[in-house]
Amino acid sequence: MLQINDITVDFGGVRAVDQVSFVLKKGELLGLIGPNGAGKTTLMRVITGSVTPSLGTVRLEDRILNKLPSYQRIRLGIGLSQQIVSPFRSMTVLENVAFVAGYHKTKNPIASLFKVNRSPENEEAKRLLNMVGIEEVASSSPSNLPLGYLKRLELARALALKPKLLLLDEPLAGLNQVEAVQLSDTLWELNRKGQTIILIEHNLSEVIRICHRLVVIDNGRKIGEGEPHMVMNDADVQSAYLG
Amino acid sequence: MEYEISLLTIVGISIIGALSLNMILGFCGQISLGHAAFIGVGAYTSSILTKSGVPFLLSLPGAMALSCLIGIIVGFSSLRVRHDFLAITTMGVSFLFTGVVRKQEVLGGEMGIAMIPDPGWGKLGYMVFVILLVVILAIFSLYLKRSWMGYTFDAVAEDEDTASIVGVNVASFKLIAFALGTAFAGLAGALYAHNVKFIDPESFGFIESITVLSMVVIGGTGSVWGVITAAAVLSVFPLWFQFIDDYKLLVYGTLLCIVMLFSPQGLSGIVADLKGRLVNSKEGLHAAD
Repeated sequence: MLQINDITVDFGGVRAVDQVSFVLKKGELLGLIGPNGAGKTTLMRVITGSVTPSLGTVRLEDRILNKLPSYQRIRLGIGLSQQIVSPFRSMTVLENVAFVAGYHKTKNPIASLFKVNRSPENEEAKRLLNMVGIEEVASSSPSNLPLGYLKRLELARALALKPKLLLLDEPLAGLNQVEAVQLSDTLWELNRKGQTIILIEHNLSEVIRICHRLVVIDNGRKIGEGEPHMVMNDADVQSAYLG
Repeated sequence: MEYEISLLTIVGISIIGALSLNMILGFCGQISLGHAAFIGVGAYTSSILTKSGVPFLLSLPGAMALSCLIGIIVGFSSLRVRHDFLAITTMGVSFLFTGVVRKQEVLGGEMGIAMIPDPGWGKLGYMVFVILLVVILAIFSLYLKRSWMGYTFDAVAEDEDTASIVGVNVASFKLIAFALGTAFAGLAGALYAHNVKFIDPESFGFIESITVLSMVVIGGTGSVWGVITAAAVLSVFPLWFQFIDDYKLLVYGTLLCIVMLFSPQGLSGIVADLKGRLVNSKEGLHAAD
């Protein structure tokens, strides 16, 4: 479904990602892990189009995405839950999700003027908030919510796009262990129903528990790839994490 | 009675000008410090058209179309710059407009255009027409806010980057906001020109842009009722109290500072706050019972 080919990203004189390649199959739950500053989020941003690579290509199904702006990539079927949460704070939690659920109504900007009904999107938003376990704060402002809730709001908003590929950048950060396990279970259940997912996460126990396969990055380079337990026993990976 | 009719006409035109900026700044969050230039484009266009024999009612869409076209061109700058830089760019548009118009003989140069034809409806008829347009624009603004376009404007106004990663074509929505806002600014300009029957470049200078901006910010950016109220009050006060007109910039500047410091959401924010307190106190009373 997704092919990352020789992606290289340079920020000035710093090489943030160095010739990283991997393939993601449809229906897979892939863990993208590595120490802080390894280049995982940069790689995610290359996929969504907010960072332009110096070299390499990103291919989703049959299309090369390199020249497409972010919004077009999203409309091709990529949903992103960001590491740094960015809810629309002028909207309620429900409105945040409902707005994204109505992405088909805003595809044509002119036609969006003639569309007013929000009921189906509000219903879909309630379903998604229920799925991620924050339906009780649907009418609250995101400004009044703790990080754990905002992380789940990010996930619900990404799911509202009905993406072919779900990119999750540290969705478990800020959650306590019970919440993290619950959300991991939700991700696993989503994947079991066919959702393709790339998960960037530092909570290694949950990553190992739910992911089919891991790609490990350190200092911008891919240092490991494969089945979770095998990868975590690799000497290079252990060295990257433990020093 | 004639004074009141004249006053209401001026108030109506001011409200249309303020509501037009509210679409760009209030709904879509794009700062514009050169809005009077678009009002000026509308005024000059309809004046020239009617002076060349085009009926007044046909000159209005002409004025709106040219303002809209120039608005879209300026709107392209909003795709490259944001926030303070967009403010400076639009400020430049204001100076560019007065600078260019001053040097054009065909536009009357420094002397402006006089003897602009009267629509022939009498002062009362003209006032009714202006008020009718105010009502239509207010209803359209309220509808726009409820539509999916308005929903998307909210997202773009708050965070363009996040809007983009949830699939919004931010550039198109920003251009639409500029197109709508500047088209209605052109309408306000045309109505102004045929009301006062004389226009010159100074009528649409930077000070007038700040005046319209004050109406939107003091009313509460994005609030249709707040902007209507502020535009009505701020356009009437200088006429009622001549000394305010002499110190217009000082008064508007002070009001802007007070609003920014104490109620960034303007009049609409104050009303919302009072409503919230009223509801809370009622709930408190019920709880006490």
